[in-house]
Amino acid sequence: MSLVHYNQMLKLMSDQPGTSNPPSQQEPVSPAWLRTEQARHPQRPDPLAFIERIFTDFSEIHGDRAFGDDPAMICGMARFDGQEVMVIANLKGRTTKEKVHRKFGMPDPEGYRKALRAMKLAEKFGRPVLTFIDLMGANPGLGAEERGQAEAIARNLLEMSRLRVPTIATITGEGGSGGALALAVADRVLMLERAIYSVISPEACASIMWRDASKRALAAAALKATAEDVRALECVDDIVPEPENGAHEDGPGAASLLAEKLHWHLNELQALQGDEMLKRRYEKFRNMAQFYTAG
Amino acid sequence: MSWFRREENNIEGSGEGRVRTEGLWIKCDSCGQVIWKAELEANLQVCPKCGRHFKLGARERIESLLEPGFELADLELMSTDPLEFVDLKPYKDRLKKAQAETGLNDVVVNAVGMLGPHRVVVSAMEYSFIGGSMGAAAGETLARAVDRAHDGRMPLIIVAASGGARMMEGIVSLMQLAKVSAALGRLDEAAVPYISVLTDPTTGGVTASFAMLGDLNVAEPGALIGFAGPRVIEQTIRQKLPPGFQRSEFLLEHGFLDAVVNRKNLKEWLIRALDFMNRLPAA
Repeated sequence: MSLVHYNQMLKLMSDQPGTSNPPSQQEPVSPAWLRTEQARHPQRPDPLAFIERIFTDFSEIHGDRAFGDDPAMICGMARFDGQEVMVIANLKGRTTKEKVHRKFGMPDPEGYRKALRAMKLAEKFGRPVLTFIDLMGANPGLGAEERGQAEAIARNLLEMSRLRVPTIATITGEGGSGGALALAVADRVLMLERAIYSVISPEACASIMWRDASKRALAAAALKATAEDVRALECVDDIVPEPENGAHEDGPGAASLLAEKLHWHLNELQALQGDEMLKRRYEKFRNMAQFYTAG
Repeated sequence: MSWFRREENNIEGSGEGRVRTEGLWIKCDSCGQVIWKAELEANLQVCPKCGRHFKLGARERIESLLEPGFELADLELMSTDPLEFVDLKPYKDRLKKAQAETGLNDVVVNAVGMLGPHRVVVSAMEYSFIGGSMGAAAGETLARAVDRAHDGRMPLIIVAASGGARMMEGIVSLMQLAKVSAALGRLDEAAVPYISVLTDPTTGGVTASFAMLGDLNVAEPGALIGFAGPRVIEQTIRQKLPPGFQRSEFLLEHGFLDAVVNRKNLKEWLIRALDFMNRLPAA
């Protein structure tokens, strides 16, 4: 149920840097909604900004070898303190022109298939895979349906669960539903302190459950999508702290805090012997979110 | 005299002289013909006039596929409402209502039994239970079906009918997609056959996980199958969708299904496919 509203994106487009997207005066505000706004803050470093600061020698690779090259998804070889890694991220774009070109960061099936191709390449040559996620959801378009958006996402979920190299996924801003999960079935899933991770956006949830999109602040609170909430539900492995006033105030500081966490987790994963890493990854997802009782 | 107030006792009819017909007939929303419900049931909920496939309940589905003597399994799991979700109504109330109406604890019903000559695990989804949506109980029930298939080396058939992830369980429901997909990855490694049967409707996270991951994917005619719902796409592209968009035949044409099969032929089709795929000595 990944609903995405273009009119909301157009609003994001018209935002001036430094101003977020304040709710109207009449609308109730919840702390969860403020978090949603921070996660989407126009000054917040995007995955590319993190990549530029954390890695060296980033060399982008293109195309899914079947249909095209999705500008909403970038993949490339990079060095992490001299170590070869595969970096995969989706990008919303910074300028209006770029946002349109990158489809506001919403990948099409060819984007997910490109990402999978990059992961398989990394697996073949024994290189770790690091993904960076900031998107509202996968593109809900006509072409996306024709080319099998659902199949592309499903395939990534399955293949990532058994990729034979260390994988770390980081949600830097918005982790939107299946479109985010398709890059996040990883050994370690990290969330930045002010990021959100949810099955549906607060706006879409409000318009379905309350039949009123302006109830987004209520929906944001009900969805429990903040980093602390998601960590408490044990659906992510670790929270990456941000500088005191948030990543949008101090991009370089945020990048170095993230680099530290990535190092720590990658070292742990690389210390595991044989199939231990795969076994643990499987067990983690198989036993995740066990919120049921036998009635 | 109470001209302006209603008398306490309403006039009651004798109840005789009136034949109750309500619920006996149903109008087919495809061909507009009026069908006798018993006839519809006997025809596996397929319109005898135009072949329109109505929704089939999870238990009826299992009965339609497996030989008598099958065993139902994993019926006991129910959601704990991890988010304590409240929108216009508390999620707990919605759950209770759905449980009372369907007699099930959640969406998924597992069964083990014979499909023709093949001993199989079947998982079927009950669409009338909160839109067939998948939360923690459904995710675990499906994963247990996959585990049963894996451990017993029995082919797995999942019959999907779902609007997708269950919003009221938020991130917990999203993680069920990863859980079931990971389990299917392990099943694939063990070369145990998995056939995904997609029925009306199969959308959202269910399509974007196990429903598209079959060794074979087969759908019933005219089923809505997609990632985003049609209304969402219409809002996004701001135009009407072409007729037949996201229907089974459309997916077949675009290469995402192996076949579109009528409900009455489904069992036979599955047996034929398992004859090819199933070379496993049962464990």
